[in-house]
Amino acid sequence: MNPVANIKTIMKRELGGYFTSPIAYVFLVIFLLLTGFFTFTIGNFFERGEASLVSFFTWHPWLYLFLVPAVGMRLWSEERRLGTMELLLTMPITNWQAIVGKFLASWLFLALALALTFPVIITVNYFGDPDNGIIASGYVGSLMLAGSYLAVSCMTSALTRNQVISFILSVMICLFLILAGYTPVTDLLSRVASPVVVDVVAAFSVMTHFEGFQRGVLDTRDVVFFASVIGFMLFTTGVIIRNQRAG
Amino acid sequence: MERDNLINVEHLVKAFGPKLAVNDVSFNVERGEVLGFLGPNGAGKSTTMRMITGYYPPTSGRITVGGHDMVADPIAAKRLIGYLPENAPGYGDMTVHGFLKFCAELRGLQGDARKRAVNRAVELCFLEAVLYQSIDTLSKGYKHRTCLAQSLIHDPDVLILDEPTDGLDPNQKYEVRNLIKRLGENKVVIFSTHILEEVEAACTRVIIIDRGRIVASGTPAELKARSPEGRLDDVFRAITLPDTVKAEARA
Repeated sequence: MNPVANIKTIMKRELGGYFTSPIAYVFLVIFLLLTGFFTFTIGNFFERGEASLVSFFTWHPWLYLFLVPAVGMRLWSEERRLGTMELLLTMPITNWQAIVGKFLASWLFLALALALTFPVIITVNYFGDPDNGIIASGYVGSLMLAGSYLAVSCMTSALTRNQVISFILSVMICLFLILAGYTPVTDLLSRVASPVVVDVVAAFSVMTHFEGFQRGVLDTRDVVFFASVIGFMLFTTGVIIRNQRAG
Repeated sequence: MERDNLINVEHLVKAFGPKLAVNDVSFNVERGEVLGFLGPNGAGKSTTMRMITGYYPPTSGRITVGGHDMVADPIAAKRLIGYLPENAPGYGDMTVHGFLKFCAELRGLQGDARKRAVNRAVELCFLEAVLYQSIDTLSKGYKHRTCLAQSLIHDPDVLILDEPTDGLDPNQKYEVRNLIKRLGENKVVIFSTHILEEVEAACTRVIIIDRGRIVASGTPAELKARSPEGRLDDVFRAITLPDTVKAEARA
């Protein structure tokens, strides 16, 4: 009856849901193929001649832009479409236990996908002598990035029972989070606005905060940024779920 | 006895925008009662049940379940309730056994207690044959009974069943009716239906709801006595307005 047990029960069910349907396997295969393709072919991993995973991590904000909403879009919309939301929320649990349980399950699934990219670490260590601290910090950043996108998808999936709408909304919001700090956009913006404005807009971007992790700098401000995006989005999910029933 | 007054509903109102789905509904249900909710489609039966189970917060009014206020202390109130929502939803990708185990865990049952609870619910609802089948592959009757089993899993004091016999064949209907009667002996059962014979067969008390209001209440015998021929459907037709009349009234 305690919160941790409830969250664990919901997590277990949600994770099981991924693996009893083809979603998990399709996602894992596509994710691994795409990361490989971007790292080695587009990112010129070998031609670069550096022992680093820069060409691996650079693509993550873009790759996640489509793949993470695909994982998160069903979280609440499916629950509403099937009517199981009524079942779940009349159980003796609080809304936030359900929200956190479902979110953690999907995040754990994304962490598994990310962990399965381990051959790339082996490769870079086999051919060169990389700084594994930077690689570890890159992975932490990538996981935080995935969590932020996922929390956005969690929120959009609570808005609608239609998974397609949930997916598109989520991609749009995540795209904004990227573009606000994407160099071509900030360059354009700096021509018309003062540097302060550009900095403020860029501060909202996941790119700005992901960069530090890629360079091996674990800055608390970056961690706090991602944690607050996750916290804010999950809180909004809770408000949406409560208001829908208030009529 | 104060304690046996398990459900207490006072002046319940639910508004969706300008529309009042439930308008000033009050009633009490004591242990040992089987209360039937009757009413035309869209009368507010499901909305009332969703408020009692804590899914919809009421716009105004008060609900207490076993002395616990549903708004102030929802967790304690929800613990006492077993609920079968309309259309008997379930997670399609789970097996019947997995689903029941999941529901038992959310009810705080662990280890041996959980195993016993699942076995008991499976026996009560005759689910042995489909125990390891996924819910997606079940026929409507089995799907319905799986969701019913979920509502019984923690042996609750209060059972709220929204159209429990919907989509069942005559044999299954008969079994579910008997189950309701048996469980009603030492619990509170509230169920909604629009099958009038069901009310006569299983209820100790009936509430007829129309357009969000209680329009009649009493034992099935009392209600039947209101019609000269002693038939419940005459009474039902006399006090609830059919859709055609409602449309005329609006125009």
